[in-house]
Amino acid sequence: MSIDPRSAITTPLPATVTGNKALQIEEPLIFEQDSPGRSGVDLPEPPAFEDRLGGLGRTTPLGLPGLSEPQVVRHFTRLSQKNYAIDAGIFPLGSCTMKHNPRLNEKMARLPGFGDIHPLQPVSTVQGALAVMDALAHWLKTLTGLPAVALPPAAGAHGEFCGMMTIRAAHAAAGEGRMRVLVPESAHGTNPATAAALGYRVESIPANARGRVDLAALKAKLGSDVAAIMVTNPNTCGLFENEIVEIAEATHKAGAYFYCDGANFNAIVGKVRPADLGIDVMHINLHKTFSTPHGGGGPGSGPVALAAALAPFAPLPWVVSGPHGFELVETVDGATARSIGRLKAFHGQMGMFVRALTYMLSHGGDGLKQVSEDAVLNANYLLARLQGALTPAFPGGPCMHEALFDDTFLDGTDVSTLDLAKALIDEGFHPTTIYFPLVVHGAMLMEPTETESKASLDQFADAILALVRRAKGGDAASFHAAPRLSPRRRLDETRAARAPVLRWRPPAPKQAAE
Amino acid sequence: MRYLPLTPTDRKAMLAAIGVRSVDELFRDVPKTARLASPLALPDHQGEIEVEREMAALAARNVPAGAAISFLGAGAYRHHVPAAVDAIIQRGEFLTSYTPYQPEISQGTLQYLFEFQTQVALLTGMEVANASMYDGATACAEAVLMARRVTRRPKVVISGNLHPHWRDTVATMTRFTDAALDIAPPMPTGSKDLAARVDSDTACVVVQNPDAFGRLSDLSPLAERCHAAGALLVVAVTEVVSLGAIRPPGEMGADIVVAEGQSIGNGLNFGGPYLGLFATREKYVRQMPGRLCGETVDADGKRGFVLTLSTREQHIRREKATSNICTNSGLCALAFTVHATLLGSEGLARLARLNHYKAVKLAEYLAGVPGIRVLNDTFFNEFTVELPKAAAPVVEKLAARCIFAGVPASRLWPGVKGLENLLLVAVTETSHKNQMMTFAGALSEALR
Amino acid sequence: MSESRYTDQHEWVRLDGDVATVGITDYAQQQLGDVVYVELPAVGKSVKQGGEMAVVESVKAASEVYAPASGTVTEINEALTGTPQTVNEDAEGKGWFARIRLVDRNEIAKLMDAAAYRKFVEDLG
Repeated sequence: MSIDPRSAITTPLPATVTGNKALQIEEPLIFEQDSPGRSGVDLPEPPAFEDRLGGLGRTTPLGLPGLSEPQVVRHFTRLSQKNYAIDAGIFPLGSCTMKHNPRLNEKMARLPGFGDIHPLQPVSTVQGALAVMDALAHWLKTLTGLPAVALPPAAGAHGEFCGMMTIRAAHAAAGEGRMRVLVPESAHGTNPATAAALGYRVESIPANARGRVDLAALKAKLGSDVAAIMVTNPNTCGLFENEIVEIAEATHKAGAYFYCDGANFNAIVGKVRPADLGIDVMHINLHKTFSTPHGGGGPGSGPVALAAALAPFAPLPWVVSGPHGFELVETVDGATARSIGRLKAFHGQMGMFVRALTYMLSHGGDGLKQVSEDAVLNANYLLARLQGALTPAFPGGPCMHEALFDDTFLDGTDVSTLDLAKALIDEGFHPTTIYFPLVVHGAMLMEPTETESKASLDQFADAILALVRRAKGGDAASFHAAPRLSPRRRLDETRAARAPVLRWRPPAPKQAAE
Repeated sequence: MRYLPLTPTDRKAMLAAIGVRSVDELFRDVPKTARLASPLALPDHQGEIEVEREMAALAARNVPAGAAISFLGAGAYRHHVPAAVDAIIQRGEFLTSYTPYQPEISQGTLQYLFEFQTQVALLTGMEVANASMYDGATACAEAVLMARRVTRRPKVVISGNLHPHWRDTVATMTRFTDAALDIAPPMPTGSKDLAARVDSDTACVVVQNPDAFGRLSDLSPLAERCHAAGALLVVAVTEVVSLGAIRPPGEMGADIVVAEGQSIGNGLNFGGPYLGLFATREKYVRQMPGRLCGETVDADGKRGFVLTLSTREQHIRREKATSNICTNSGLCALAFTVHATLLGSEGLARLARLNHYKAVKLAEYLAGVPGIRVLNDTFFNEFTVELPKAAAPVVEKLAARCIFAGVPASRLWPGVKGLENLLLVAVTETSHKNQMMTFAGALSEALR
Repeated sequence: MSESRYTDQHEWVRLDGDVATVGITDYAQQQLGDVVYVELPAVGKSVKQGGEMAVVESVKAASEVYAPASGTVTEINEALTGTPQTVNEDAEGKGWFARIRLVDRNEIAKLMDAAAYRKFVEDLG
């Protein structure tokens, strides 16, 4: 029996009684599976006793549904089957660095010696943990060339806040009231948001025709009231800022600091040290460059590497070597007198430190250099395979670890970047980053990372090329209908935003008259 | 190298397809001065056997709380996490997935976030919750920033019995704004009336319940005073299991509730990654920071979930965003959701009862130790004990015997007079009666 | 009721005595996509020509709406809170945002008329 592929568009999928589609199960909310009194844990009931709650005991129901363990496991297993993941396929999101998450990292993080230690245990009982923090800091200092590392920030944006705050504190300590921060228009939204949160006025620096920071425009905007520039390198267009040394020199000459957003460190790790480019402070995303898992949106970890001038302002706590081993300095006094203070309750994302250090030990210095080389090679290979059919945003030169296209190639097809992305879903791929950076029209930013095989890249490229051919062939309708095979089709985001429903509520009781 | 799929043959073919002879040609934009002349001073790659040996050796230099007799609390609590939780969060579709920006292939993440938001709202007694923040302390700082946005007022009154690390985090995050923090001093035996500090310039009052010394309060009078003055009441909760036994902040008039969610689903992990819970009234939802998951329908009319109200966030509002936050605590929130689902109302209520029962028993044993006074009239699973001498050296002494006696107040409030003899003691369902009696005995010896 | 005038930020204004009614143009609502929320100024707030007056949100974007002329806000279109889609359906009619008691009517005279605004939009490409 021959099957006409074109008929797949118009022939609906078979309906089922359950609404399930073989392995894809329609799964209600836990609140819709409640059996009051049921529980998935067995705990002993304490004997009757006189409580010490002062009359403040809870009298209203908790409202949490009761399910047994088999039901709970089944529920979340079914949910997991609706998710795309790195484990399942290429995840070519630009600037996210969706590399393989090694399972050895998970095993090490779960050792009781790491997982079961309380942050406020006597320091003599956690010397190994402090040694991990010290070792991680050492690796990051060596890789960045900067002399100090602040470990507490919980994620990249938190790290940005930390780094920019050390700058603000340094200027305040020097009696300098610099209140302007310069940010390229291609920057990630966290950059201006962070600067604004610290009270700075944010000004945009335009890009030149080659997609890099316009050096002349930057120099024109620099002045004695500029506190810092915030630059990503390689930038969000996937390009190395070839004038970065000049940018750093001009910035320093104006008395300002050079903040580098380290989101794209995977392109140069082990090959280039940010300090050698003139960078003063850079946050590192352990969940990008150093393989800690993205976990569906977190947790991350954003340690910050600091130049000597900014190190005294590093947040608490500090891990220092003392006569009796490692110490945790938790107070502002002496060496820490100028610290900006605490950024979160405890010491940092220790679980991520263990994973990242495990990864660094696995790769070694030689391996990390291979990581950045393979990451850049993979992105350029995709660029080479696709540049004939798609429009590179900045043609005429290599990209770094990510390739950027604009939507010129879709002109006249009635297919948008969004439509192409949704069609990729039906082909079994997570879409690329779309509509970022904002400076490129209909942007498609793809970062394969070094953990994709050539075969995986070829399969991905082949699919995109076939889709582009289909778009140019005039079949816009199939793109507008995509995706059709995923657990849900396109969702009504307007409805979600106009009348937000942000939690489950029990349905209203039926009227007595009914 | 086991994480790198490219072979030398692949690289050669790819370089040819690109049209360069070596990968260094792709790095041509790197300034010559920045090209490394020699390898970095770092060890070379290693296989799993060697890496595991090295990491295990580091782990062995720590004493896990489970191998000791531990009564540590003060913002992180050792609870039993059911085995099924880890089995779920280790699934690759959860562990290695990304923020659900493409909702059609992220319904797993989005549905559990919707369930999580509902659970947090139920536990705190509030109308709406977000999809989590970094930890309780940063959530508390974000609550202060939000209260200032909502009321457009500068003053922030902070209870002296708020966990000092949370207080410090709020101070750091607001240092370069024009917020004016009015921080009361710590008072172990009861806080002075904060209501007196509330006026028409007050954006919010931040108070912890149970407080940092373990005491419980009825916050309704303070809530009334705040509302009469047009200020918001922010209630902080460091031990989320307490919500299984005590009146939730939402029923006492809280406008924003921030909590540390670590106790449910997440191990101690030396302080991170943890889980910030954030809940508020529906009328403030557009001022709430962080990610939000909302219900909607898809093109076939089927119920589905999406991230929503994103226009508040950094990737759209940029410098006008409600916060610079980009991540939530995804996997930690999943662990919380799974554990809370396993517990259900019955299980959580019983877990809370058990915690409180053990604390009541331990307080009895310790009160029987000569020289020791339990300061609290009320507590949940953590209380303050006054020793006849400085607590920190006693804690060191007992640590050498593998007993983690609790957190000396001097560690949290260094240099504050009058607190040197105080010890914060927490107990959970993981403590056994024998351990509690051993502790009481050891403490008695240490004080002789 | 005078004819509409337009700003280069895509706001429109119509005068009735001293009170001007303002909103965003049909072109603006097209660019925004589905409007999901409108943040209106408080009644009594004083605004400056070109200063921020309101915020209009779609799913993917949030845009400032600037006051086309200086004055005091006398009335706001509360209906938009419940049905923000009115801005999409009738941006220059029922989708009005606010009414302002003007300080100087001449500020309006300097704005584009309908023909000039049409050309302005065409030139945007």
